[in-house]
Amino acid sequence: MSAKTYPGFDAVKARGWLAAHKWLLVRRAVQLSILALFLASPLLVPYTGAWILKGNLTSSLILGTVPLSDPFIVLQSLLAGHLAAGTALIGAAIVLVFYALVGGRAYCSFVCPMNIVTDASLWLVRRFDLSKGWQPGRETRLWILASVMVTALITGIMAWELLNPVTILHRGLVYGVGYVWTVALAVFLYDLVVSRRGWCGHLCPMGAFYGLLGKVSLVRVSAAKRQACNDCMDCYAICPEPHVITPALRGADGGVGPIILSGDCTNCGRCIDVCSKDVFAFDVRFNNASTDDKFNDKDKMISTDRHAA
Amino acid sequence: MGEPSTSPASAQSRRRFLANMARAAGGVGALSLVVGLFARQAQSLPAQALRPPGAGPEADFLASCIRCGLCVRDCPYPTLSLADIGQDVPVGTPYFVARRAPCEMCDDIPCVKACPTGALDPNLTKIDDADMGLAVLVDEETCLNLLGLRCDVCYRVCPVIDEAITLERHHNERTGKHAMFIPTVHSDKCTGCGKCERSCVLETAAIRVFPRHLAKGRIGEHYRLGWVEKENNGQSLIQGIVDLPDRMPQNLPFNPGATLGGKGK
Repeated sequence: MSAKTYPGFDAVKARGWLAAHKWLLVRRAVQLSILALFLASPLLVPYTGAWILKGNLTSSLILGTVPLSDPFIVLQSLLAGHLAAGTALIGAAIVLVFYALVGGRAYCSFVCPMNIVTDASLWLVRRFDLSKGWQPGRETRLWILASVMVTALITGIMAWELLNPVTILHRGLVYGVGYVWTVALAVFLYDLVVSRRGWCGHLCPMGAFYGLLGKVSLVRVSAAKRQACNDCMDCYAICPEPHVITPALRGADGGVGPIILSGDCTNCGRCIDVCSKDVFAFDVRFNNASTDDKFNDKDKMISTDRHAA
Repeated sequence: MGEPSTSPASAQSRRRFLANMARAAGGVGALSLVVGLFARQAQSLPAQALRPPGAGPEADFLASCIRCGLCVRDCPYPTLSLADIGQDVPVGTPYFVARRAPCEMCDDIPCVKACPTGALDPNLTKIDDADMGLAVLVDEETCLNLLGLRCDVCYRVCPVIDEAITLERHHNERTGKHAMFIPTVHSDKCTGCGKCERSCVLETAAIRVFPRHLAKGRIGEHYRLGWVEKENNGQSLIQGIVDLPDRMPQNLPFNPGATLGGKGK
């Protein structure tokens, strides 16, 4: 990568800067729009009649009618012993269904405010070629997720929400609470000097939760034209979870379909952006027949969810 | 992972699997302990922080409030806010400080209606039934009414005037000829809205609202008040008790027929 200046260099040459950053721009637009809507809704009430978005990402109300709630938080509440969760249960169901369609960790890449912080950190790590630092296993986040739920069950309160930097950051941004920047800074520095992609990729239990949903979610990235791959490795360089690419991109010989099935994939679309050969595209998980080569016929088609770590 | 086999390789992999599982379980345990202990420490609420109407006991509230701030958004006054990090109030939870901005006791209770989880109990439909705390006249040395003046502000602003706060007349010993009007809080009517604390004219309020568990004493379960029992029973519980001769103060002539005043007997 260092020899070629930056990942996506060829794609920019081939398709122009804008096209080679399409999904990045879409993601930033979505992230900032959500934040802007939470903040600007009171100003827009004369035109909209009600707040477009009120609350924050843990629970909100669209136009005063549609409830949305974070299922990760509602699950903690249920385990903490609060069973009569009211409209929050409906809100959580709506959000679950939504991410079951668009991809579990699409939350991470399109919605979560911490993504901008950790992407900034990752950009610097790449720019200055910093070491990846200390990295606990990727499955650590699953164990932290388990801890979060166990703690809620045992203490009877949502203990993790006293610490959760993601909800603290978003709440702070929406409600103008003073010291949230310290939380963002802590995660930024952790990702920068301690562990590359350390928070989102290894620790965050919220990401792990949505990752579990991603194992069954509909919209996935597909390495549809993988036979065109020229092994430039740009997708690996840009991907926040590079291990998810291999089975789909290199699986043709093993009869593995082209869909990236791993729940860890955030559907961020950066691989689509940086590929000068247009190998990747969004698709649905059922289009997973390996149509490009000798494993074309149906009974040899393997739809697998196994991924080397 | 689980094929039963005795080959050394699989025994080794089983050992590694078990070791990994043990390590993971240990990790979960340790982390849960740390988070749990932190949570224990973080869940004590400072006395001046009051929860919105309809909030249950603190432990229940921290299990049910998801910190979305919808109650804050729907509060028409600058009363409610969400706790910042580094404050004593658990981060992100709604609270108010009576001296800064009390609850204005809206009839339609919009904060409770806004709550998506029921952390603010939707069964609270009459704001007069709210129990956010209990006002206590904490300083009898500075309260103007206890100095014999007629301030009365806490009494006047009380939304449940003459029920939650009454003015009880007492003799003013200092002047010898005036009355003192003692602001007296009645815990069965006080909602803990904090308007009294907010409007106390002193530099530091003499009347303050605390969470009820800090503000209220409790008589032991075994304790019986004779006059209450007597009233409930219709007559004295013990009949035919011997009426012993009254001991009179010294220098008073013994006069079995006379009483010292008081309504007893």
